[in-house]
Amino acid sequence: MELFDEFPSLGRAGLRDMKKGIDFAFRDFSRANGEAIESFFDPLMFFMVWFENLLIEAPWPLMILIFASLAWLGARSIPIAIGTIVSFFAIGWFGMWEDTMATVAIISVATFLCIGLGIPLGILMSRSNRLQAVITPVLDVMQTIPSFVYLIPVVMLLGIGKVPGLIAVCIYALPPIVRLTNLGIRLVDKDVLEAAAAFGSSYRQKLFDVQMPLALPNIFAGVNQTIMMALAMVVIASMIGVKGLGVPVLRAVSNQYLALGMMNGLAIVALAVIFDRVSQAYGKRLQKHRQGGHGV
Amino acid sequence: MSDIKVSIKNLYKIFGPDDKAMVQKVEEGATKSSLQTEHKHVLGLSNVNIDIPARRIQVIMGLSGSGKSTLIRHLNRLIEPTSGEILVDGEDVLAMSVKELRNFRRNKMSMVFQKFALLPHRTVIDNVGYGLKIKGTAKDEMHERSQKWIDRVGLSGFEHNYPAQLSGGMQQRVGLARALATDAEILLMDEAFSALDPLIRNDMQDILLDLQEELHKTIIFITHDLDEALNIGDNIVILRDGAVIQQGSPQEIVLDPVDDYVRDFIKDINRGRVLDVSAVMEPGSSDAGLDFAATVLLEDAMPAMVKADVTRAKVVREGEVIGEVTLAAMIRAIGRPESHEGEQVTYR
Repeated sequence: MELFDEFPSLGRAGLRDMKKGIDFAFRDFSRANGEAIESFFDPLMFFMVWFENLLIEAPWPLMILIFASLAWLGARSIPIAIGTIVSFFAIGWFGMWEDTMATVAIISVATFLCIGLGIPLGILMSRSNRLQAVITPVLDVMQTIPSFVYLIPVVMLLGIGKVPGLIAVCIYALPPIVRLTNLGIRLVDKDVLEAAAAFGSSYRQKLFDVQMPLALPNIFAGVNQTIMMALAMVVIASMIGVKGLGVPVLRAVSNQYLALGMMNGLAIVALAVIFDRVSQAYGKRLQKHRQGGHGV
Repeated sequence: MSDIKVSIKNLYKIFGPDDKAMVQKVEEGATKSSLQTEHKHVLGLSNVNIDIPARRIQVIMGLSGSGKSTLIRHLNRLIEPTSGEILVDGEDVLAMSVKELRNFRRNKMSMVFQKFALLPHRTVIDNVGYGLKIKGTAKDEMHERSQKWIDRVGLSGFEHNYPAQLSGGMQQRVGLARALATDAEILLMDEAFSALDPLIRNDMQDILLDLQEELHKTIIFITHDLDEALNIGDNIVILRDGAVIQQGSPQEIVLDPVDDYVRDFIKDINRGRVLDVSAVMEPGSSDAGLDFAATVLLEDAMPAMVKADVTRAKVVREGEVIGEVTLAAMIRAIGRPESHEGEQVTYR
């Protein structure tokens, strides 16, 4: 009964050849195409460098003013605006201003990229059950595979730097916005959709007049989740050369600098709380029509 | 009256993967239940033929599951039929291209829904103007025309409220105004008042009849409520298991129910409110001083006779005496029809 004692395996030699085959094939692919792919992403890199420098070099009072007004415009809440001012002031006071600006820069670019890709993808997914069946497992993989694993091919192809970091962040942060856009559109009241059809709506009119507005609460929850997940990737992205709050955290981990680690970690938390509160309050304001009661 | 607006011919709808083949089975005599158990297909509509006259209110009624909502959705092709023809003003709706169908829905036929189906993120005025917006009407004109209909259904002052802030009856007025605002000649109403409580429902029926007196649209009204059907319908079609079992005016249906299903439907209604004096009139002319127009309802005629202390009255049409009525005949007519105990009444 040898079969039951020993697991039937490929064998050491076979396994080695297989791994080698994959590794060499990918290495050859990246040697052949790495430069072309890199130059394809060049405009994105230049934009990211420019945007990061813009945030870092702008006078700090101006930046705090901009953040506070954005928080006010989004949330229409004085406590949140004041909280934003206090947080950024503390961040600067403790010497983390530049790293924080770098982090804000990459988070903003990653969020816009994810929204730009994720919402159309979610819309397509909501239209076809087959497409949904294909994309859902891909999203599952993107969310659950350990980030270090997909860092390997990304770094092999593009080296270390901002663009591979951005790609790593997006792989992790994209799934929620796609999922929730899809879900939101699928949950739109069938009766309202039928009414839109009965009045002769075209597909575009249905999408923009009915489906998107009614799916907005879910889409907005997706945006919020995407921002949070992008922030969670800051430390890992710093391992492949992304500047920002992740760098000192990484240094603190390898050198056991408790205070440095805590301070930068808390700065990430502060950013997360601000982004979360502002985006949630904004999402709620979009829903004011859902409140009942006469004569509001 | 002879002017036919919508004509439904040999319409079949069968739900299932092999629906076309099942039509023949139904033609050969398969019933709803045999089709379901033997062939795993659901019979939605079975050989429906209805001619709907222009500028009248056509009621289609039946219990739930009788296919009435399925039928009304065929008229603007929200549901595609398995076979059959639907002609609107002589034009075949089923032959329309996507674009023609869109224009048809935008301009010719609008719809009011049981669950209102308003856009929750739009204000009342934008909801009423929704059909106009889809047509591409300029915003100013859209608001102007919407405002006219908002005033007409009695919602002035609520233009800028959201639907969630209105009561059910008010929401359905928005639905009605939305359907009227496109100036479509045909109005489909799918159990439009069924979700409202009885008093509001009567209100809405009155609003609809008021509007109809002035607008003369072709209204196709779905309901499961016979009182509602008799109150507003010029013609009534009764559906069961997807098939038409009787059609006619309210009086014809009350006086001459075709089978026990219909008889059971009408047994609890207020017959005095449906029948008019011409329905119980006998030839001859009495010498009584009282006379009624032929369309006076028994409900109004009887108290008048009691008040005048007479038992006979003349029936008059266009100034000429066409017969006489007796109080006894009227009382007999409003009594419940004899029960048919022992006979099997099935609803499925």
